[in-house]
Amino acid sequence: MNAGTLKQILLITDGCSNQGGDPAAAAALAREEGITVNVIGVMERDIIDEKGAKEIQDIAMSGGGVSQIVYTRNLSQTVQMVTRRAMTQTIQGVVNRELKQILGDSASIEALPPEKRGDVLEVVDELGETVDLEILILVDTSASMKPKLPTVKEALLDLSLSLNARMGNNQFSVFVFPGKRTEVEKLLDWTPKLESLTSIFPKLQVGGITPTGPAIHEAIHYFGRKRQLRGLLPHDDERYFEESI
Amino acid sequence: MMTNDTLKSRSNYPSGTVITGKWHKKQYRIRKKLGVGANGAVYLAESEAGPVALKIGASTASMASEANVLKSFAKAQGHSLGPSLLDADDWEPGAEPIPFYAMEYIHGPDLLSFVSEKGFAWAGVLVVQLLSDVHHLHEQGWIFGDLKPENLLVEVPSNRIRCIDPGGMTKIGRSVKEFTEFFDRGYWGLGPRKADPGYDLFSVAMVMINLAYQRRFTKKNNNGLLQLMAAVKQHPGLKKFEPVLRKALRGTYRSASEMRRELLGLLTQEKTADKRGYSGKGEPQKQKVRMSRVKKRKFRKLKKIFAGIAIIVIVSMLYWIYSFYIV
Repeated sequence: MNAGTLKQILLITDGCSNQGGDPAAAAALAREEGITVNVIGVMERDIIDEKGAKEIQDIAMSGGGVSQIVYTRNLSQTVQMVTRRAMTQTIQGVVNRELKQILGDSASIEALPPEKRGDVLEVVDELGETVDLEILILVDTSASMKPKLPTVKEALLDLSLSLNARMGNNQFSVFVFPGKRTEVEKLLDWTPKLESLTSIFPKLQVGGITPTGPAIHEAIHYFGRKRQLRGLLPHDDERYFEESI
Repeated sequence: MMTNDTLKSRSNYPSGTVITGKWHKKQYRIRKKLGVGANGAVYLAESEAGPVALKIGASTASMASEANVLKSFAKAQGHSLGPSLLDADDWEPGAEPIPFYAMEYIHGPDLLSFVSEKGFAWAGVLVVQLLSDVHHLHEQGWIFGDLKPENLLVEVPSNRIRCIDPGGMTKIGRSVKEFTEFFDRGYWGLGPRKADPGYDLFSVAMVMINLAYQRRFTKKNNNGLLQLMAAVKQHPGLKKFEPVLRKALRGTYRSASEMRRELLGLLTQEKTADKRGYSGKGEPQKQKVRMSRVKKRKFRKLKKIFAGIAIIVIVSMLYWIYSFYIV
């Protein structure tokens, strides 16, 4: 099986959106574009409010991804775990589709007897190790996030440490919302390493609004632009994943 | 989907619940919960063949890959690193099947409670045991990955260290899937999160540090090595392991057996210097026994030498008499 490119949006937020359209709808759109949306809700010691928790789950569900609500101090491990789970989930989806083609409609990893699962899982593991990955990170920089931003930075550096230990290539890009003048602002263009965040992050200004929906829209748009640029070059191996997701 | 997973793995199965496998039809009766891991919960259960440890998870994939790892050890035979796999199956109490697997039940306290009860003197020898298991695992092309005291038990009555969670085991050359920050080389800024023997040896050193400092601490600044070595020097029990720990933390050991040899060297050296003993109860007596054994051995050696000299003297006397006789 040819390893293609997995596309993910990783949204880090601490509450409800309050501007622009429904973020879950934007996430559903992303999913249609072959982009998985994962959400991490960061909270201090306080109890997370029901509404915020529900929105976080909704976005991930309609974005075909994984969501998790964590205390700030556990952020690093959660970020890498959520990313990994989402990758495995997507790859399993692809593998299940392949199985259905070979073995008929009822086939899936779950439907195989336990003895046979091992070999399929080996393929999933192998793909998870070798597949190329593009992650667009969306960081909520509304006022309440301010004290959490240093931890977010640490968690993102840690994520790049984890993912760069894989054999496959990684591309990261970072956006914040709200931006200085616009709803969403690009902080870092596609790069295999996130180290440059160290110098950019401390200078971040926080704003009042939380336009989560528009931020996801912008992210989808940005992925699209990348594809158009790529289209100029002969680059075929992406197609496999895009078609099958 | 994640939220679903966590909900399911949080669900508690009360004592007495009977779990029947869909494929192999084996039955298990749950006795109690032993612990909760990242991918599911482990229960003590009764089966036809006696007590087993039953891991019940949420995701078929993670259960299958753990069972896979356990199985590959069974193939490799012999060495008792992890528990052996007994069964893997699905349970269908409702519409959705719940994957589980049964493994050997290893009975004993976890490493931290064992050492805090019996004394830090046990830390060295248990880590030496651990290193020989780690070495065998590395030879088979795997690393432990998530090595930490919670995943290690000291089996009774043999007092032998065993690993109970195969979840973090990773093929050498791949990226480490599961880790715990305190034991992770990457977290301390001392190397990549890639599966190589050095990754495990770093964790082994951190396990020793954790046995001395039962309250784990966090990284203070960017110089992880300096902070860790300062902690080592401050603890009277750890201090003597300093050279080995430093090498393991810096990643200079090429293999687990090399680290084991050096650690063992320090432990045997220590025996004489350590008679003042800060160690746990019952230990001095044991040392006496060992000392007298050494004396006995010396005595035996002397005896042999004496016998040799006596034979030489007698033979030469006989020769002397014989030469007289000829003349």
